[in-house]
Amino acid sequence: MKKITVLALTLALGSFALFRILDAQDAKININGPGGQPALAVIDFRGSGAAQAQMSAFNGTLFTDLQTSGIFKMVPKSLYPLQNPQRPEDLRPASGQGMALADWAGSPVNASHLAYGYTADQNGTLVLYGYLNVTNAPGSQPLLFKRYFGSLDEGGARKVAHEFAADIIAQFGGASLAGTKIYFVSSRTGAKEIWSMDYDGSNQKQLTFNRSINIEPAVSPDGTRVAYVSFAKGTPRIMVMDSSSGRTLQFYNQQASLNSSPSFSQDGGKIYYSSSVSGTAQIYVADLDGRNFRRISNSRAVEVEPKINPKSPGTMAFSSGRSGPEQIYQGNTDGGDVQQLTDGTGEASNPSWNPDGVHLLYAWTRGYAQGAFNIFLMDTASRHYDQLTSGAGRNENPSWAPDGRHLCFMSTRTGSAQIWTMLADGTQLKRLTTTGQNLSPAWGKGN
Amino acid sequence: MMFKRMKPAAFWPLLGVVVIAAGCGHKTPIPAPPGPVSPSTTPTGGNGKPAIEFTVEPATIDRGNSATLKWSVSGANYISIDVFGAVQATGSRNVSPYDTITYHLKAEGTAGTSTAETTLTVNPGNPAAPPPGDNGAGNNPNAGLSLNDRISRQIQDAFFAYDQYDISGEAQATLTRDATAIKSILQDFPSATLIVEGHCDERGSAEYNLGLGDRRASATKDFLVQLGVPAGKLRTVSYGKERPQCTDATEDCYAKNRRAHITAAP
Repeated sequence: MKKITVLALTLALGSFALFRILDAQDAKININGPGGQPALAVIDFRGSGAAQAQMSAFNGTLFTDLQTSGIFKMVPKSLYPLQNPQRPEDLRPASGQGMALADWAGSPVNASHLAYGYTADQNGTLVLYGYLNVTNAPGSQPLLFKRYFGSLDEGGARKVAHEFAADIIAQFGGASLAGTKIYFVSSRTGAKEIWSMDYDGSNQKQLTFNRSINIEPAVSPDGTRVAYVSFAKGTPRIMVMDSSSGRTLQFYNQQASLNSSPSFSQDGGKIYYSSSVSGTAQIYVADLDGRNFRRISNSRAVEVEPKINPKSPGTMAFSSGRSGPEQIYQGNTDGGDVQQLTDGTGEASNPSWNPDGVHLLYAWTRGYAQGAFNIFLMDTASRHYDQLTSGAGRNENPSWAPDGRHLCFMSTRTGSAQIWTMLADGTQLKRLTTTGQNLSPAWGKGN
Repeated sequence: MMFKRMKPAAFWPLLGVVVIAAGCGHKTPIPAPPGPVSPSTTPTGGNGKPAIEFTVEPATIDRGNSATLKWSVSGANYISIDVFGAVQATGSRNVSPYDTITYHLKAEGTAGTSTAETTLTVNPGNPAAPPPGDNGAGNNPNAGLSLNDRISRQIQDAFFAYDQYDISGEAQATLTRDATAIKSILQDFPSATLIVEGHCDERGSAEYNLGLGDRRASATKDFLVQLGVPAGKLRTVSYGKERPQCTDATEDCYAKNRRAHITAAP
C-alpha cells in the first residue's frame, strides 16, 4: 500500500480560520480542530398559536442542517434537562432544571453552545426568534440573536430553520449547505431526465421533460445555470438552462456527431466541453452561448470531462485515453503542460475540484476489476491519495459540495444506482434517492 | 486518419468476399459509358497550387474485378482521397467497388488547394449469380419486406473489444456482409438514410463512453464507405452506455453491448 499524506482542513474555533495540517499517515479533509468540535445542544422549539403546527418540520430541519454541517458534535436530546429557555430573559444564574446555562455546560449534557428560541404567528407571518449562547459564561450576551420571517406553513418553517442554521454555522466559520442544490440524472419516469433536489434529498423536482436521454448535468458556480447533454435532437448535444425557471438558453453546438461533457469556468463566463468535430472527442472552450469556440486539446484519444481549477483558472483537470485506459490529467487551458495525475493503473474518471483548488475527487478502479470504481481523493500538490469508498458496489460521479467538506456520489451498493452524500472523511453517509436509477449528481449553490 | 488502426493486409482480401457475396441481380442504372481510359483530371498546378495526376485503370470493370487507382501529386503537404483519408504524395491502390464510383482527391499546399476526380465504371456482370444464403428460387426474397424488416433481418451488429474501436477481423467479416446488404437495401429504398449507432458496455464513465461510442460509430461508417456504401447515406450517433441491449453485469452481457448497430433514420 502506498504511503499517503494527509491533509487536514482544520477549523480552528476562536480564530475562525481554516488552516492545513500536514500529517504523514492519511489524506483526509478533516474539520476537527485540535480543541475538538463544539458540542451543540438545540432545544425543541415551540410556537405560539398557529405556528406550533409547523414546529415538527422546523425542529427536524434545524437539527439536520446543523448535524450535516459536520462542524458540531450534536448532543443527543435525551440528555437535555427538563426545562428549556426560550428567551435570554428566561436564563437564571442557577436552576438545576435547565433554565441556567450551567445546566447545559455540566454533565450529562456537556454542551459548549446552546441554540434556543421560539416561533410565533404574528398576523399570519411565522416569526422565529433564534439565539445562540456559550454555555460556560453565565450572564454573557448571546453570540447570535436574530429574528427570521417566513410564511406560516411548512415551507416557511423550513426556510427560517435553514436560515437560522446557516447563521449558527457561520459563527464557526462554516458554510451551510441549506439552499444548495444537487442536479442529477434520474430514470424514474422511464426516460433519463435531469432533476434537482435539496442537499438533504427533499424537494426532488424534474427539470427536463423531453422523454429522450438527458445526462451529464453541470451547474455554474453561481448556481444560476445548468448545462447538460441531451439526445432530444438525435445526436448528443449540449443544452443550457436557467436553473430557477427551467428556460432553455441559447447554446451553439458545433457541427459534430458528439458535443458533451459541459462544465462552467469559475467566473461562469465560459463553457468547457468535449466535441468530436475533429473526428475524436477533444476538449474545447466557448462563450456561454457556445460562440467563439476554441480547441484546447490535440490528441488522437478520447478526451472528456474538462474541469477548471477553481483557484487557478488557467489550469484544468480532464480525463483522457491518451496513454491507454482512461486516466486523469491536468494541464493548462491553452493545451500545454499536461501532466498525468493518476498513475496509469486501472481506469480513472469523473474529476471534481474542491473549492481549495488542491483536492481532487475522482472515480478509480485501482485495486479492483475493470469498471469497479471507487471514490478517491487526491492532494494534487503531493499526488498522494486516499480511498473514500471500498468495494460496496460501483461508486462513481463524485461531486464536491460548495462547502468543500461534503461530497455527493452515485453508488450501486443497494443494487441500483442511487445518490449518496457523505463528509469527505467518509462519515455521515446518507442516501438521498430511492426511485428508479439516479446518477451523475452535480452539487451547486442554490439558484 | 480513421484507417490507421486497420490492418490493410487483413482488409484487402475481404474486398473479394464482398464481390462474391454481392451477386444479387439488381438493375443498376449505369451512367453514360466512358471511354476506355478514365477521364483523369490533371490540373496544371498553375499559381503554385499542387499539381495532380489521378487515374484509374482500367476505367471500366465487371463487377467482381478490380482496378488500380494511381495518383501522383507535387507541391502539396496534405493529400487525401475521400474513401481512404490521408495518403502519400505518390501511390496506388487496388479497388474493387460494387458499383460505379467517383473518387475525389484533394491536395493542400501552401499556395492553395487542388482537387481531382476519376470515375470507375462497374458493369453489373453476371446478374444470375445468387448471393450466398439466397436460395436462388428466382422470387425476390425481399418482396414485401419493409425497410425496418430488411435492416433488422439482413444487417448484423459489429462487436468490439473492451475500450477499443478498431474493426476486428470478425467485425470486418460482419460489416463486409452488412455492406452488401446495405447496398441492396438502398437500391430498393433509395430515399432511406441509415444511422450507425455506437454502443459501449457499462464500465467506465458516461462521458468517456460517449466518446468511445462515437469512435465506434465512425470507424464502422468509414469501413462501410470503403466498401462502397455511399457516405451520404450513413449518419452516426453515439449512445455511449446509455442504451445497453443487455443489463446484466457479466462479460457476456458486456460483450453484447460493445457494438455498432444500424437502424433507419426516422
